[in-house]
Amino acid sequence: MTLDAACLEYPNRRQGYDHDLYAWSNLHERKPVVWPTGKGVAVWVCIDLEWFPITPEDQPFRAPGHMQTAYPDYRHYTSREYGTRVGFYRLLDALAKANVVASVAVNGAVAERYPQVIADIVAAGHEIIAHSTDMNGTIATGLPEADERALIQHSLDALEKASGQRPRGWLSIARSQSWNTVRLLKEAGLDYSCDWVNDELPWRFNNGLINLPLNHELSDRQIVTVQQHSAESYAQQMTDAYDWLSREAKQSGGGRLLPLNVTPYILGLPYRIEAFERLIADLAARPDAWFARGDQIIEAWSASEG
Amino acid sequence: MPQTLNGDPGLYDFSPYRDRPRIIWPNGKTVAVWVAPNLEYYEIDPPANPHRKSWTKPHPDVVGYGHRDHSNRVSHWRMADAMSRHGFPGSVSLSVALCQHHPEVVADANARGWEFFSHGIYNTRYSYGMDEAQERQIIEDSIRTVKDATGQTIRGWLAPALTHTSRTLDLIAEYGLDYTCDLYHDDQVQAVKTATGDLASIPYSLEVNDHYGFFVYNMSPREYADALIRQYERLAVEGEKSGTVMCIPLHAYLIGQPHRIAAFEGVLEHIAADGRAWITRAGEIVDAWRAQQTGAAA
Repeated sequence: MTLDAACLEYPNRRQGYDHDLYAWSNLHERKPVVWPTGKGVAVWVCIDLEWFPITPEDQPFRAPGHMQTAYPDYRHYTSREYGTRVGFYRLLDALAKANVVASVAVNGAVAERYPQVIADIVAAGHEIIAHSTDMNGTIATGLPEADERALIQHSLDALEKASGQRPRGWLSIARSQSWNTVRLLKEAGLDYSCDWVNDELPWRFNNGLINLPLNHELSDRQIVTVQQHSAESYAQQMTDAYDWLSREAKQSGGGRLLPLNVTPYILGLPYRIEAFERLIADLAARPDAWFARGDQIIEAWSASEG
Repeated sequence: MPQTLNGDPGLYDFSPYRDRPRIIWPNGKTVAVWVAPNLEYYEIDPPANPHRKSWTKPHPDVVGYGHRDHSNRVSHWRMADAMSRHGFPGSVSLSVALCQHHPEVVADANARGWEFFSHGIYNTRYSYGMDEAQERQIIEDSIRTVKDATGQTIRGWLAPALTHTSRTLDLIAEYGLDYTCDLYHDDQVQAVKTATGDLASIPYSLEVNDHYGFFVYNMSPREYADALIRQYERLAVEGEKSGTVMCIPLHAYLIGQPHRIAAFEGVLEHIAADGRAWITRAGEIVDAWRAQQTGAAA
C-alpha cells in the first residue's frame, strides 16, 4: 500500500499561515486595546434571530437547528418560531432590565416577515447584524460566487429596508464561509464579520475587513444544546470566563472581550431565562464591564489600533 | 515485527495489575505526573487521505480551523503560564510543521524547558496507507525538524491524529525513540515488543484528555477539573505499592478558553501542593522506569 505522493508534499509549509487571508499575531504581545472609560472587559451579547423554512435545503449543508423529521416537521418549525415570538422578547426584556445594549444577528427573512420585531430591536437601541437570508442560506465552498453575492445583497437589502440602516456586520450561518466570502463581504461594503473564532479581540483580514470573533465555545448552542449543560452551568461558565478575562485585563493593561452568543429558542425558555437574567444583571453590575454592540466594539478597537 | 495472530496485534505480554515488581519514583513520590500539551497545526486545505477526512465541511472549515488557530494566537500562552506558575513542565506532542508556521510558539515552549516529541508533520496528515519509505520519511522529517528548531532530539511519538500503520512502533524503535504515547493498556510504564530496540509505552490518556472530557463526556469545566483530581487521588494512593503514571493531555484551544482555564489551574495547584506527585517530563519517567528493569527489553 502506498499513499498518493501529494500526502507527503507540503507546498505551504512556511513561516506564517498556509493561506493569505490574514496574518499571524500573538494577542498577548499586541498593543493593548483601550475600551471607552478604561473598562476592562467588553461584554458583547449577540442574539441569533433566525427563520427556518419548513422545507430545509441541504446545499451546501443543512443549518444547525434546522428541520429533522420528514415533511412537515411542525415540531421543529414551531419550536424555532417560539424563539422569535416568545423567547426573543424574554431576552429583550432581560437586556432592558439591566439597561444594556446588544447586537442581534438577524436573517433577512425575519425582517421581511416580522417587521415589528425589527422595529422593537431598533427602538431598544440594539444593533442589527446581517445573518444571511434565512436558514437555507448557508455558505460554503461550492456555492456559486454569483449566488453567494446575491445572498449577501438580499440579506443586507431586506434588513436595511425594515430597519432604515444598512448593517455593518455579518454573521454567516454556522459561521461557515467559502473561499470567496471575505472578499464578497468587503465588496458588499460590510465593515466586519463574526465568523472566525481564532482570537479573542478584533483583527483585520488582509483585505481590510475586520473580524470580531464570536467564540462558538461560549455560545448557548455549544454549551446547552451540544454539551447538554444546564442554563445554570452555562451562566457559571460565563461568570468564570468574565472573572478570568477581567483579571487578564488588569494584569496586561489591555481590554478583553467576552462574547455571549445566545439563541432565543435555547435560552429564552421559561425554565432557562432566569439564569440568563441573573447573569446579565450580575455582569452589568461589575465596575469593569462595558456592555457594547458589535459596531461600538470595532469602533473602539479601530481607534486604539493605529 | 509484531505478528497479528488471532486478532492480537502482539504489542506486549499480558500482565495483571497485581503483584508486579515495585516501581519506585524519586524522593518517595508515588505518582509521576506529566502534562502533555498538543501544539498542533491543522492545514486549511490539506490533500485528501482516502482513509480519513480532515474536515467535515468543504475547505475552508472556518470554525474547525479557527478553533485550532486560537491555540497559536491566544490560548497557548494562557495554558503555558498557568503550568509555569505551578511548576509543571510540558512534554509537547508537536505537529512538527509548527516549527515552520509559528516558530514563536515552539520557541516559547522550548524556553520554558519543555520536552518535545513528534505528533507527525501536521494533524491533518494521516499515516493510514503509508508504505514503509513514506513512514520513514515522516519520522526522519520529525527528528530533523525538531532538532533544527529546538536543539532537542525527540524521544517519543504520538501518531499524527492517532493514525498508525502496523509497522510504526518497529520503525520508531529502530530510529532510537524511547517511548510511544499511543497505547492505553496500563497506568504504569510498560515494555513494548518491537523488531529492534527498546521501546516503552508511557501512559498518555484518552479518558482524561481534555478533548474527551469536553466533547466525548461533555463535562463542564468544573466537572473536568474534578475528574482530574479524582484521577490523581486514586493513582497517588495506588502508587504507594508501585509507582503509577498520570498524564494530562491538553489542547490549548480547549483548556485555554476563558471559561475553562481557572478550574484547570485549580487542578495544577492541588497536585503541586499535595506532595505525592513527581511532576516531571515524559523522558524522565521513562528513564526512571528503564533503570529499574532487568534485561534489555524487560
